[in-house]
Amino acid sequence: MSSEPTTTAPAPAQRGQDVIHNIGYRRYEGQRLGRSYARRSLFIQSLRGAFGLGRSAKSKVLPMILLAATSLPAAIVVAVSVATNADELPVGYPEYVLLLQPVIGIFLAAVAPQMVSLDLRFKTTPLYFSRPIERSDYVAAKYAALSAAVFVVIAAPVVIMYAGAMLAKLDFGDETKGFFQGLVFCVVFALLHAALAAYLAALTPRRGFGIAAVIVVLTVPYFLMSALQAIADEQDSLSAVGWLALGSPGTLMDGLQSKFLGGASGFPGGHGLSNAQGALSLLVIAALIAGSYALLSRRYRKAGL
Amino acid sequence: MTVIATESLSKRFPRVTALDRLTVGITPGVTGLVGANGAGKSTLIKILLGLSPASEGSASVLGMDVSTQGSAIRERVGYMPEHDCLPPDVSATEFVVHMARMSGLPPTAARERTADTLRHVGLYEERYRPMGGYSTGMKQRVKLAQALVHDPHLVLLDEPTNGLDPVGRDDMLALIRRVHTDFGISVLVTSHLLGELERTCDHVVVIDGGKLLRSSSTADFTQRTAALAVEVTDTDRHPDGTAALRTALEGAGVTVHADESGAAPGAGRLLYITVTEDSVYDAVRDAAAELGLGLVRMEQRRHQIAEVFTQQPHESRSPEPGDSEHQRPQEPAQVRERSSADVV
Repeated sequence: MSSEPTTTAPAPAQRGQDVIHNIGYRRYEGQRLGRSYARRSLFIQSLRGAFGLGRSAKSKVLPMILLAATSLPAAIVVAVSVATNADELPVGYPEYVLLLQPVIGIFLAAVAPQMVSLDLRFKTTPLYFSRPIERSDYVAAKYAALSAAVFVVIAAPVVIMYAGAMLAKLDFGDETKGFFQGLVFCVVFALLHAALAAYLAALTPRRGFGIAAVIVVLTVPYFLMSALQAIADEQDSLSAVGWLALGSPGTLMDGLQSKFLGGASGFPGGHGLSNAQGALSLLVIAALIAGSYALLSRRYRKAGL
Repeated sequence: MTVIATESLSKRFPRVTALDRLTVGITPGVTGLVGANGAGKSTLIKILLGLSPASEGSASVLGMDVSTQGSAIRERVGYMPEHDCLPPDVSATEFVVHMARMSGLPPTAARERTADTLRHVGLYEERYRPMGGYSTGMKQRVKLAQALVHDPHLVLLDEPTNGLDPVGRDDMLALIRRVHTDFGISVLVTSHLLGELERTCDHVVVIDGGKLLRSSSTADFTQRTAALAVEVTDTDRHPDGTAALRTALEGAGVTVHADESGAAPGAGRLLYITVTEDSVYDAVRDAAAELGLGLVRMEQRRHQIAEVFTQQPHESRSPEPGDSEHQRPQEPAQVRERSSADVV
C-alpha cells in the first residue's frame, strides 16, 4: 500500500523498463465512417446475434431449431406435392405462415429479449450512446434487426414452397402471384410482431420477464378472440366475427391475408372481413406498429446512461 | 489549447442541482476529477459527451460545442463507464471489434485496432474467451480497451479503479498514465480517492455539490498535503515510544502532529509527519534507530476527498484553519491564470 513519493514524478529511466515488450502505440489515421455506418453495423450485429452468430455455440441452438421447424414442414409439403403430382400446393403461402404462429411466438420470445433486454441488463447501452449514433439510431437498428430476423424465419419456408412449386411445374402465374402475396404478408407480419416484441422486451432488463411478456401478448388475446369468434359464429352474428378479429395480432393477420392476400380464412365458419372491417384492420395494424415504435423510442429517452 | 472548457455550466434536476455554475478549463495531459458520490462527476461526463443538455452555461470538448456537435465529439472521445457494461456471452475480441465499428472504423481497421488495443491493455490469450469468466481486473481492461480502440483524442474514465485490489489498482493507474505518455491521448479520470489521483494525474480538479472547489496541478496538491504516517513500538527504555519519537523528531526540526481525532483504529499511536523534503524520511529512520524503537509502519497517507474540504490542521504545513475559507473565492482566478500560462 505504501508508495514512495518518487512515484508521483516518474523518472524517464523507469518508463523505459515498463515498455520492454511494447512495440509501440500506432495512431489511427484511416477513415471514420460515422453515424450511418455505425447504425448499419449495429443492425448487422443484432441480426447475426438473433441467430446466435458471433455468440456462443449454445445460443445458436434454439434459433436454428426454430428455423428448421418452420422450414422442414414446408419442404415436406413440397415433397408430397411433387410425389403425388398435385396441381396445387395443399396450403397457400400466407396460410402456411399463419400455421407457424406458435413457432414464431417462441422465436420472438427467445430473440427479442436477447436483442433488447440484455443491453439494458448488462448496461451496454451507455457504450452505444457514447458513440456517434443517437438514441433514435439505436432504436431503428434494433427494430429493423428484429423485423429482419422474423422475416428470415417466416420467408424461408415461403421461398422453399415456391421453389418446390416451380420444380413440380405447377402453374407459374398462380404460384408467383401467391408467392408475392406471401412475401407481402411476411413483411407485414414481421413488422407488427417485431414492434410489439421489441417494446415489451425493452420494458424490462430481465430476460425472463421479457420472454413471458412476449408469449402472453402474442397468445392470450389470440385465444380470447378466437374463442369469442367461435361463440359469435354459433350465434350466427357474422359481422361480430370480423369485428373481433381486430382484437389480437394473430386474428388481425388472419383477416388481412384472407381479405387482401388471397388466402383462405382461418376464422370459425370460414368468414372473412367486410370492406369496412378490412380497412379498419389495416389501420389498426399501422397504429400498432407506429404506437409500439413510438413507445420504444420514448423508453430509450430515459433508459441507458 | 484546452481539451475541455466549461463556462458557468449548470445542470438542475427537479429536486437537485447537480452542477452549479462550473467554470473550468482542462489542458492536455492526465486530469483527475475528484468528488464525493453525488458531487456531479457523472453528470459532467454526460454533458461533455453531448448526451444530456445543460440547464445553462456552455461547454466545449476538443473545441466542439457539446450542445450542437455531440456526434462529432463522440467520434473523437472514448468513454469508460463506472459500472459493469460487458455482455458475458461474447468474447473480448468480438465485443471490442463491434465497438470499434460502432465508432465508425471500417471492418478491417476495427480488427487490427482491436488486436493492438487489447495487447496494450494487457489482455492476451484470454481475449478469445467469453467475458463472463473474466476477473474484475480483466473486465476493467476490456472496458478501457473499448474506450481506446478508435484512437480518440480524449478519454473519459469514470472510476476506473473501482472494485480492484491494490495491485490491480496500481496496474490500472500505471496503464492510465501510459495512455497519455505512450499513446498521446488526454485523459479525464474521476475518483473519490484523491491519493490515488495524486500519483497519476498532472492536474486535479475537485468538485463538491456541483461547484468547483479547487483546480490545480498535482505538484501544488502534494506539496500541501504530503504527509507520512509513522507507528513505532514501545520498548523498556521508552515505555511510550510514540512520544519519545515525537520529541526526537521535533528536536531535529521536523513538524509532527499526533492524530487527535481518535477516529481511526490505533489512532493514538500514529504520528503524522509533514514531508517538506526527502531528508525527512532519513530523519525519521535515524531517529527511530537511535531510540531503538521498532518501526511498525511508515506510509504515505492516502487522502480521502473529505480532507480537502475540511483542511485538517495537521495536514497542512502553514495554513491556519480559516485559511481555506478565504482561499476558495480566489480559485477560479488561479485556474484561469494557469490555463493562460499553459497556452504560452
